[in-house]
Amino acid sequence: MKGNPSVENIGADMKEKTGTDPKTTQRLHVLDMSCAGCVDTVERTLKSVPGVSDAQVNFAEKTATVTGDVSPDTLVKAVGKAGYTASLLEDEEAESDKENAELAHYRNLLRQTVVSGVISVIIITVSMLDLLPSLDSASGQLSWGVVSLLTLFVLAFGGGRFFTGALKSFRNHNANMDTLIAVGTGVAWVYSSFVILFPGAVGEVARHLYFETAALIIAFINLGSALEMRARGKTSQAIKRLIGLQPRTARVVRAGEEVDIPIGLVVPGDIVRVRPGEKIPVDGEVTEGSSHIDESMLTGEPIPVEKKKGDTVIGGTINKTGSFLFRASRIGKDTALARIIDMVRKAQNTKPEIGRLADKVSGIFVPTVLIIAVITMLAWFNFGPAPRITYMLVTTMAVLIIACPCALGLATPISVMVGVGKAAEYGVLIRKGDALQQAGQLTTIVLDKTGTITVGKPVLTSVEPVPGVSGGDELLALAAGVESGSEHPLAEAIVEAARLKNIEMKPMESFEALSGHGVRAVYGGNTVLLGNRKLMEDNGIDTVSINEAAERLSMKGQTAVFAALNGTAAGVLGISDPVKPDSREAVERLRKQGIRVIMLTGDNRLTAQSVAEQAGVDDFIAEVLPEDKAREISRLREMGEMVGMVGDGINDAPALAGADVGFAIGTGTDVAIESADITLMRGSLHGVADAVSISKATLKNIKENLLGAFAYNTLAIPVAAGILFPFTGLLLNPVIAGAAMALSSVTVVTNANRLRWFKP
Amino acid sequence: MNIAVNILGIVVAAFIVWWFWISKRGSEARTDGDAISILVDGGVYTPSVIHVPAGKPVTLRFLRKDPSPCAEKVIFSGLDISADLPVGRPRDLSFIPEKAGDYDFTCQMAMYRGRLIVEETTKS
Repeated sequence: MKGNPSVENIGADMKEKTGTDPKTTQRLHVLDMSCAGCVDTVERTLKSVPGVSDAQVNFAEKTATVTGDVSPDTLVKAVGKAGYTASLLEDEEAESDKENAELAHYRNLLRQTVVSGVISVIIITVSMLDLLPSLDSASGQLSWGVVSLLTLFVLAFGGGRFFTGALKSFRNHNANMDTLIAVGTGVAWVYSSFVILFPGAVGEVARHLYFETAALIIAFINLGSALEMRARGKTSQAIKRLIGLQPRTARVVRAGEEVDIPIGLVVPGDIVRVRPGEKIPVDGEVTEGSSHIDESMLTGEPIPVEKKKGDTVIGGTINKTGSFLFRASRIGKDTALARIIDMVRKAQNTKPEIGRLADKVSGIFVPTVLIIAVITMLAWFNFGPAPRITYMLVTTMAVLIIACPCALGLATPISVMVGVGKAAEYGVLIRKGDALQQAGQLTTIVLDKTGTITVGKPVLTSVEPVPGVSGGDELLALAAGVESGSEHPLAEAIVEAARLKNIEMKPMESFEALSGHGVRAVYGGNTVLLGNRKLMEDNGIDTVSINEAAERLSMKGQTAVFAALNGTAAGVLGISDPVKPDSREAVERLRKQGIRVIMLTGDNRLTAQSVAEQAGVDDFIAEVLPEDKAREISRLREMGEMVGMVGDGINDAPALAGADVGFAIGTGTDVAIESADITLMRGSLHGVADAVSISKATLKNIKENLLGAFAYNTLAIPVAAGILFPFTGLLLNPVIAGAAMALSSVTVVTNANRLRWFKP
Repeated sequence: MNIAVNILGIVVAAFIVWWFWISKRGSEARTDGDAISILVDGGVYTPSVIHVPAGKPVTLRFLRKDPSPCAEKVIFSGLDISADLPVGRPRDLSFIPEKAGDYDFTCQMAMYRGRLIVEETTKS
């Protein structure tokens, strides 16, 4: 067990380490403080939490600044126990902290690059121009000793982290890129310094020094890391954009006055004022006024959405035209925006199946390269030409330096980060890396009809009276008057149509709902029957005069509602749930990608066929009971299809779960965003086509990266080992190996960044 | 000389195999419910092997000191848990590991590697 610290030791070690860390501060919003006494209580409570070294409460800001090594959850709980409500002032601050830390690291890398680079150039100059005396003399040894120290400075200043990292990893029976760089450059320096100290021990032809090689490798690797860091910053732009949507303040009505307060102080139930051009601070429901709101940043829907009293508004979206008041309903981590950010972040950290092989390879990569380096060394030692030691060193160093586990490890996650972020830009929220991979491989997509292909809000589209019994408006007035007491969606469509035509409705005298068939009512002194054909048949109504019209309406995809007045057929009303204007175009996009599109509906065949034709789907399955939808999905999967199911995420949940990829479609916050593999924030089917295109592009990008990284390592390592030497006399300079290695991971990140410009 | 160098080479290769693959042990820690602090620095998680009981809440407190982007995420792929780690600020991951088993946790590139060993709790 030597070398493995015991549990207790680790605990002590951690304590010691964290105790000597630069102090970290966290800021909390503290609510419910009403007096200076509260400030004192909160401060004392926070200071009593183990790990906290200081806590300051600002009563005016209602914030607490806490210093020490302690988790925010512990602080929030402690304040909660003292009777106050606290929440962490997190995202933006954390993000800016992260950016500051990244910037500092980036600058540090650049500094290290410049210093290592300049010293390398100096060493190269003195070597190439023979400015220093030969090693045979004491003055030569002294001069080269200075060069050795200069190189050591480069290794320590520019590459110190590789050596400490390598040592720590080694102690943990682990090896990583640090190990390769440290061993590669370390061997160069140790050998060269040995030659200076004991020139006689090495044959004259083998007295090469590799100081400039070691220094240049460090310079190149630092430059590569800096470039990679810059490129990586761009891969998380999607999440930064989402975090940036969150406004900092809200204008809340308090005691009859509108006051600006920090966003963290808004509580559910607050009435919030939003003026034109302003961002909506939190989620809520409009209570007064109306406006058009640009929700494109969350849903990808470019056209502003009209909002009036009773409509929900989403935090982070932009008010375009009017001024309105709304009641805050969800704040902090519960807002749609916060949940979207959380979901995108989590998804960016998941890996699709395709990346798992690279992970396995990364796990054994470095020790394997170390063994290859040993084999290379022995091969040159036993079979190489003179001076053997020179060839041995050059090839071994090249093998160690050129191998790049980073490119392999980065290949998948970096593309997933950009791909998931790109999808979020289009209002497509991908839950997991696996869904991202599978969405690009779907062969069949099943679309639920109501609310997916169609708008989901039935409207009255036809009124066909029987001449002589009633007129059009008269029939509508009759039907609307009868239905005004019903809450059935079809009834609502009839009443709404009458309202739009300003048709006056009289009070109803009696009303009876006949479940599954329709209604019977006495209205204006007349007995009225309103419902399906079965209702008419059961009541002995002769429908000959309206049968033809009813069939015609069904063929147009409308639901026919029969009306009878005092025992005589009076007419038929057609109600349709119109196909969304862009459904056909979106279906066509999917079909062009080689995907078979099927519509699934509970409607009768005639209506289903008509809607299917309007939407342009390949096939449809009608008269499916809701509970049988999942069975249809399994049937298609058993036929060998990769099936995607698109539905509303609530009623279709079993079918979505049963598909290879479930897409929940909705508008804004209406959709339950945690319910499916992929959530489409806007109600358009274009979201499905976008998701498929982005997935395909991301998958292609991952494959390019993986292929590049695998090919690079499998080709470069043998070349570095000198496999071409017997045929061409070619050997790879370790400095070139260093540059190639640094470039390989930059290339992977840059390739992933290409996805940012992808347009589905 | 030749034989000695060859033997040395073979010994070094054998040592690599043994050290990194066969005798692979990390620093270990165990908890029955308290938070465990994990240092993220120098390419390793310390401790890197963590034993926790199944079905009980556990808090893993990650403290990242390594500023390089390699260390910025920790991912428990088998548990569907991941987090971004801020530099120099503790980040708690609290969860209940339901099923006993070994779960690897890694950085985004799988260079930092650790293992969470969820052990069946024996009822006394």
